[in-house]
Amino acid sequence: MSLVEVKNLKVYFPIRSGIFRRVTGNFKAVDNVSFTIEAGQTYGLVGESGSGKTTTGRAIIGLNHVTGGSILFEGKELSKGRIAANRDTYKEIQMVFQDPYSSLNPKKRVLDIIAEPLRNFENLSKDEEFERVQELLGIVGLPADAIYKYPHQFSGGQRQRIGLARAIALKPKLIIADEPVSALDVSVQAQVLNFMKEIQKELNLTYLFISHDLGVIRHMCDKIGIIYKGRFVEEGTADEIFENPQHIYTKRLLVAIPDTNPRKREESRRRRKQINEDFDRLSGQYFDEHGLAHPLQAISKSHAAAIKGV
Amino acid sequence: MTAPLLELNNLKTSFKINDDYHAAVDGLTLTINKNEVLAIVGESGCGKSALAFSIMQLHTKAKVEGEINYEGENLIGAPAAKLNALRGKDIGMIFQDSLSALNPLMVVGDQIGEIIYLHHKKGSKAERKSQVYDLLEKVGIPNIEKVYNQYPHELSGGMRQRVVIAMAIANKPQLLIADEPTTALDVTIQAQILELLRELKEDMDAGIIIITHDLGVVAEMADRVAVMYAGQIVELADVYTIMENAKHPYTRSLLNSMPSADQIKDKLHVIQGVVPPLNRLPRTGCRFQERIPWIDASAHEEHPELREVAPGHFVRCTCHEHFEFPADQKHA
Repeated sequence: MSLVEVKNLKVYFPIRSGIFRRVTGNFKAVDNVSFTIEAGQTYGLVGESGSGKTTTGRAIIGLNHVTGGSILFEGKELSKGRIAANRDTYKEIQMVFQDPYSSLNPKKRVLDIIAEPLRNFENLSKDEEFERVQELLGIVGLPADAIYKYPHQFSGGQRQRIGLARAIALKPKLIIADEPVSALDVSVQAQVLNFMKEIQKELNLTYLFISHDLGVIRHMCDKIGIIYKGRFVEEGTADEIFENPQHIYTKRLLVAIPDTNPRKREESRRRRKQINEDFDRLSGQYFDEHGLAHPLQAISKSHAAAIKGV
Repeated sequence: MTAPLLELNNLKTSFKINDDYHAAVDGLTLTINKNEVLAIVGESGCGKSALAFSIMQLHTKAKVEGEINYEGENLIGAPAAKLNALRGKDIGMIFQDSLSALNPLMVVGDQIGEIIYLHHKKGSKAERKSQVYDLLEKVGIPNIEKVYNQYPHELSGGMRQRVVIAMAIANKPQLLIADEPTTALDVTIQAQILELLRELKEDMDAGIIIITHDLGVVAEMADRVAVMYAGQIVELADVYTIMENAKHPYTRSLLNSMPSADQIKDKLHVIQGVVPPLNRLPRTGCRFQERIPWIDASAHEEHPELREVAPGHFVRCTCHEHFEFPADQKHA
């Protein structure tokens, strides 16, 4: 059994208009998305801003309502019923946010920030709690005296580790990391990514890694789903996506990555132009009349792309 | 050879912290030519943005010393009227933080129109509007009519960034300073914006200073690269030399810490420690010394200078001669 199984997930937001603010339509932020995440692996959700990748992540953790479809976590249905009813399951899912500057309460000490999930779910005495927080700080590599400090006393990378310490406090099985390093400098980014890989092994964590940075995705992920306007356009292992992309949108994303070899500049400019032309020319083949992706078609056992009539 | 477009001579920008001035940009000498893209690279806190703000003379409380010669005239101490005529017209700037760079009380279309009006004082409203439409289209904004009448807070980060870029190029500047222009953007839009900057350079012979920590952007855009650490240039060379044959430990560490879509590394290099805060910058000796503690102290110079190691390739300090990455990369 997969750890997470998302089936035909739909998240719609109502569009209201007129003086009575009646619902006149739906904005389909996530439209029929299905994927599975295996325990211990990292699944990458890639897309541009507005593509629905964050909404998908938030739906899994219960921060967004679900319009249709199902989310199974260890076989347990999460999308129906009230959040409170699934409280114990949500304990197993934690989130790391994008911006370490705004996701930590500036008025709280590190102790209170990291202990908050413990206070919500576990009845610990003051001493036990203190001990646990210290242990967590040790795991994320922060000094023990950090416990009485405030977020502003830390650098960006250290703050993101505080966020990680908070996320692993309840020993979750799944961590949803929403652009965890996009606000950080390259050198700090490296630190956080290495560290996330390390604790993944140690604590046997599963990640849902949401990012628009394809370099980071390649470095981190086992499996990747490319999402465009709320629908998957391609899904496969990291190698399949990067070495053998099938959908024109995936190709366009991949050629847009800046090449670190300055001698290939003209070549990648040409390729970009070519793919952009293909994108305009072949859009009928790759997208339906509303500009949305077709349903996914299997290409191989693990690789699928939204191409008509494969 | 023609005179450079911009010449920085021993530029020093200092900020006051607890009654003492500390230099964030410390004795910087640099030239930018027409039709050239110069990339300035470094971590946050290395003085990249302080440098950009100094060129534009936008610091209100800092002490700026040295020379900033734009087309042969020193901008330091120039009268405000002259600066106002240059800023936004001859010299454009793309700001990093688009939310605070835009006026929250004005629709974005009018803000772009205002920049055109301020420097030309002619043309009807309708003409300006069509100019703004052109600009918005150029930076790849969909739904132009709608976006024109929206306020900054109604736009996404990527859209706002594009509005800021439209403002910066509205008057076809000769010199464009782009402070992390694409950091907040998706790759496809980033590629679009970079293409736009390239066109600007080619069509108008403009000089572009691009400040970034993304080495991919550097490889795509730059002709020359200046690597900045703690207020100083530690390495300066053409882009091929920097990407293929970098010498300074800092440049090499930065290159090594970047995750790449082409090659998979098991572990990324982590530069130990952090850029020290301004008031605790080491002012003597090699400033990068404390971040490569495994290198013997004797490898560093006492007064590191920027030296030409090959034609056009400048490196500061002698520590690069003996620099090796440690075999077992410890993760701080």
